[in-house]
Amino acid sequence: MNVAVAKTGKGRAVSDLFTSAEGRLPGSPSVIAARREAFETYERLGLPHRRIEEWKYTDLRALVGEVLPLAAAPDAAALKRAAEAVKAHAIDGARKLVLVDGVFAADLSDVKALSSEVSFKTSRESLEKDAGLLTTASTDAVISLNAAMATDGVVLSIADGAQLSAPIQIIHIATAASASSFTRSRVAVGKGVHATIIESFVAAGAKAYQINDAVLMTVGDDADVAHIRLMDDAPDAVNITSQFVTVGANTKLNVFNMTTGAAVSRLQGFITLAGEGSELSANGVNLLQKTEHGDTTLVVDHAVPNCVSREVFRAVLDDRAHSVFQGRIIVRPDAQKTDGKMMIRALLLSDEAEADNKPELEIFADDVSCGHGATAGALDESLLFYLKARGLPEKQAQALLIQAFVGEAIEQIADDNLREHVIGIAERWLERRQ
Amino acid sequence: MALLEVKDLKVRVEEREILHGLTLTVNEGEIHAIMGPNGSGKSTLSHVIAGKPGYEVTDGQILFKGEDLLEMAPEERAAKGVFLAFQYPVEIPGVTTMNFLRTALNAQRKARGESELMVPDFLKKVREVSKSLNIPQDMLKRGVNVGFSGGEKKRNEVLQMALFEPSLCILDEMDSGLDIDALRIAADGVNALHSPKRAMVVITHYQRLLNYIVPDIVHVMSKGRVVKSGGKELAQELEESGYAQFEDAA
Ligand SMILES: Nc1ncnc2c1ncn2[C@@H]1O[C@H](COP(=O)(O)OP(=O)(O)O)[C@@H](O)[C@H]1O
Ligand SMILES: [Mg+2]
Repeated sequence: MNVAVAKTGKGRAVSDLFTSAEGRLPGSPSVIAARREAFETYERLGLPHRRIEEWKYTDLRALVGEVLPLAAAPDAAALKRAAEAVKAHAIDGARKLVLVDGVFAADLSDVKALSSEVSFKTSRESLEKDAGLLTTASTDAVISLNAAMATDGVVLSIADGAQLSAPIQIIHIATAASASSFTRSRVAVGKGVHATIIESFVAAGAKAYQINDAVLMTVGDDADVAHIRLMDDAPDAVNITSQFVTVGANTKLNVFNMTTGAAVSRLQGFITLAGEGSELSANGVNLLQKTEHGDTTLVVDHAVPNCVSREVFRAVLDDRAHSVFQGRIIVRPDAQKTDGKMMIRALLLSDEAEADNKPELEIFADDVSCGHGATAGALDESLLFYLKARGLPEKQAQALLIQAFVGEAIEQIADDNLREHVIGIAERWLERRQ
Repeated sequence: MALLEVKDLKVRVEEREILHGLTLTVNEGEIHAIMGPNGSGKSTLSHVIAGKPGYEVTDGQILFKGEDLLEMAPEERAAKGVFLAFQYPVEIPGVTTMNFLRTALNAQRKARGESELMVPDFLKKVREVSKSLNIPQDMLKRGVNVGFSGGEKKRNEVLQMALFEPSLCILDEMDSGLDIDALRIAADGVNALHSPKRAMVVITHYQRLLNYIVPDIVHVMSKGRVVKSGGKELAQELEESGYAQFEDAA
């Protein structure tokens, strides 16, 4: 294993990663061939490092070093531990779809309770048939690695017109220490659908594990969809997630990410507004402490005219934490009347914390209204003093101001229950600081 | 009994001495007025009593109920009964006034070893007090002081005073920016809190406020010192002759 970090050994160790996993990877010989090709792409590129522009602030070679071997399929004991974690993290009333160490766990999931308008299969089943799931709009090393190694995931298709009263919650649970899980899911949302999809990442006792997840999502016309991701992996874990989202016309999409865990994390989202008249609200909060590194990289591509995008991101950084936000808004030549705004703010609770905010506009149309802002700073001393003069101890005064700060992003979540749930996560994070 | 004893207090801000040996004693039940021209150090004194950072006390002491106030963190002072109604109350977006009031009150109670106030009791109390101060309920749902007018901000300070029931209330230029109606409401609120156990220190530039809150003792401050103390007639005297005579005295 040591070989993997040595320069000359990288190639070899990486090959071991694939060959030792091959027997567990679903797929016909042609799918396996596609996977091998993806793996070769990954092998050629290696883990992203700081000289690759998109990964400048998140040098996985330095931060992660090596990709751990594939986690074993969960045994009965692992599933038992996972069941406990499911209980702790299930959202009230949600239909749960549970992945344990990268493998779909039917017994922990509510497949039968899914609406008849939702068709479900596992990614394993999909990949046994064909390699369709492996294709994505863009590929980098971690996405290629995911294509090569994905063991499972969920494939959901929500029928046109479905009004889902219950949210669907995909719960990723890690039970295996010092191992990697690779998941890849597809969610196809039909026209006129009203739905909420939640993804949760949690540990069930596992330490020092790695997650590489990919989500491929399409949202049809006239839909109203919320997509909430809650990443609370173990403090020494790695979570790299890539999301590809294509949005139809006259649709409302509300996406939110909350990062409260993992030593190293990156959420890279590629959202394409492909139909006119749609509104994207993309928001997130990173709550980081110790030496945690949390990266949110979001590309919003206005491919057609008359769409609105709003991005509100907040990072709270304690100790020596490092937050990265790279937000790019692309406005294609045809995408006139685009209205795109992005506001990123980082709150530094310690002198040693670091925030790298990189907003970018790439505008090729002339009749647009786009803007961005980025700030980083400490808590306002005069506000802190006011609260202390009213009897709040330092930490409690800070907590109140931090809640207000992240509230600006959290309040973008339209659903009352979900918003309260997310506020609860932030409150628990703040309590851990006290 | 002496509630507050400020003895020969010298205070520096950014290497510059602002208070040059200030002495002041306030007993339970008394209403004191501190008057003085702009820049004489009135707000500095109030900030040092409340524990605002950035002030260096180079000499003298402040006792509150016989205890060394300067040794205490601002939140301890608040829990022990020191309340400063700020000249410029800050705006705190995202923290509703209601949440702020409840958090602050319970923090003070906790520090004193008292149980938290139950929500219905708390709400009842807030409703009563805010009604008497003419503060509409929907204002309490907004961020602390966010979008409040000058008068509303000052009334919000008085609301807190009524809720926290401090034993020493320092009101820094409560009258600034208030029209006569707003001033009357705020002053009525303050007068309602007057009790034999509670002392008030009313800081003001103008005599006008003292028509509504009538002091027992008036101090004239100039250039970082108390240069004259007397009865309420001193305020009237100042109104007629101005501060100039004291500027020379200091
Ligand atoms: N933070 C500060 N930094 C520098 N000088 C200050 C500061 N605060 C007050 N001062 C100075 O101290 C003096 C007294 O100010 P202040 O206490 O606000 O007076 P008052 O409230 O009587 O008008 C003034 O000369 C003012 O400029
Ligand atoms: Mg002043």
